[in-house]
Amino acid sequence: MKSSDTLIAIALQFSGLSLVAFGGVNAVIPEIHRQAVEVNHWMTDQDFTSLFAIAQAAPGPNFLVTTLVGWKVAGLPGALVATLAMCGPSCLLTYWVAKAWDRYRETQWRIAVGAGLAPVTVGFVFSSGYVLVRAADASWRLALVTAASAGVAYFTKINPFWCLAAAAALGVAGVFR
Amino acid sequence: MTPAATPWTLFKAFFSIAIAGFGGTLPFARRTLVERKGWLSAEDFTETLSLCQSLPGPNIVNMSIVVGARACGWRGSVAAVIGLVGAPVIIVTTLGALYSDFGALPQVRGALVGLGAAACGLLAATAVRMAEPLLKSRLVITAPFILAAFVAVAILRWPLPYVLLGLTPISIGAAFLWRRRV
Repeated sequence: MKSSDTLIAIALQFSGLSLVAFGGVNAVIPEIHRQAVEVNHWMTDQDFTSLFAIAQAAPGPNFLVTTLVGWKVAGLPGALVATLAMCGPSCLLTYWVAKAWDRYRETQWRIAVGAGLAPVTVGFVFSSGYVLVRAADASWRLALVTAASAGVAYFTKINPFWCLAAAAALGVAGVFR
Repeated sequence: MTPAATPWTLFKAFFSIAIAGFGGTLPFARRTLVERKGWLSAEDFTETLSLCQSLPGPNIVNMSIVVGARACGWRGSVAAVIGLVGAPVIIVTTLGALYSDFGALPQVRGALVGLGAAACGLLAATAVRMAEPLLKSRLVITAPFILAAFVAVAILRWPLPYVLLGLTPISIGAAFLWRRRV
């Protein structure tokens, strides 16, 4: 495949996914995997899994796995095209909806929609926490790190970054092996 | 919205959220936007996140668009989203290149495992902080929906879009009746 064809394929695939990624990129991970590994043969299963782990380890939003898929397939241009395609369409939609949302701020139905969506969203955040805890805490030492960082974040004003730094340092020192 | 929110301060705020956000940006977004900058109240934050969650695309990217647009129109949105996305894209591609060389080192693996464990603790604390104002102001119509969303997604592992579509109409209906009753 010519490199320009590959970039167009990346742009088409991710801009389509951008508009169906309800609940964020993690919801369309299975589809990205299917396209990248099974349909287009851009990479192996192992490649995809390690790209996902790197995206989780990097700071920033979780759409970064799409950046890495683009990078793996077509280098830096691929990374940029994948990022733009994944974020662009949904950003435009959000901008337009947010304007309408704020215009109807004081109406009864708009307040009810906001009040009704909120608890469901909070339930989703609890869910993400739960699913990640189950995946991350393979030992009692890791569970202790999770509990400690939750406690520090909830009860103190200490910047949570220091929890992450301390946990990474413990890992480098070999505490979790 | 405080007068301090300009395209430049939005860029800086979302840049710092992105850079600090190992293993998820949400805890840092709430801390920066609600507790440090005061651009959103606690209730506004949850409501804005709800709006962003019910639209397609990465939630935190959508949030940067909404918060930016409210403060300074499309210029605010552009500044916020570039602040949020720019540095992580550079960092992650660098990491991708490094990983092919150093990924097998036990120190690197250990650091990743530790980061993951701490990051989900932060997320759990954020969830509790987001739940508190809802439970205090209207326990009866929020607790059942928080619980139902959690059970459906975390325990039963149903796809999130379906849960959103199935649960929110009921939750919105309950909120509507609740307001008329009060």
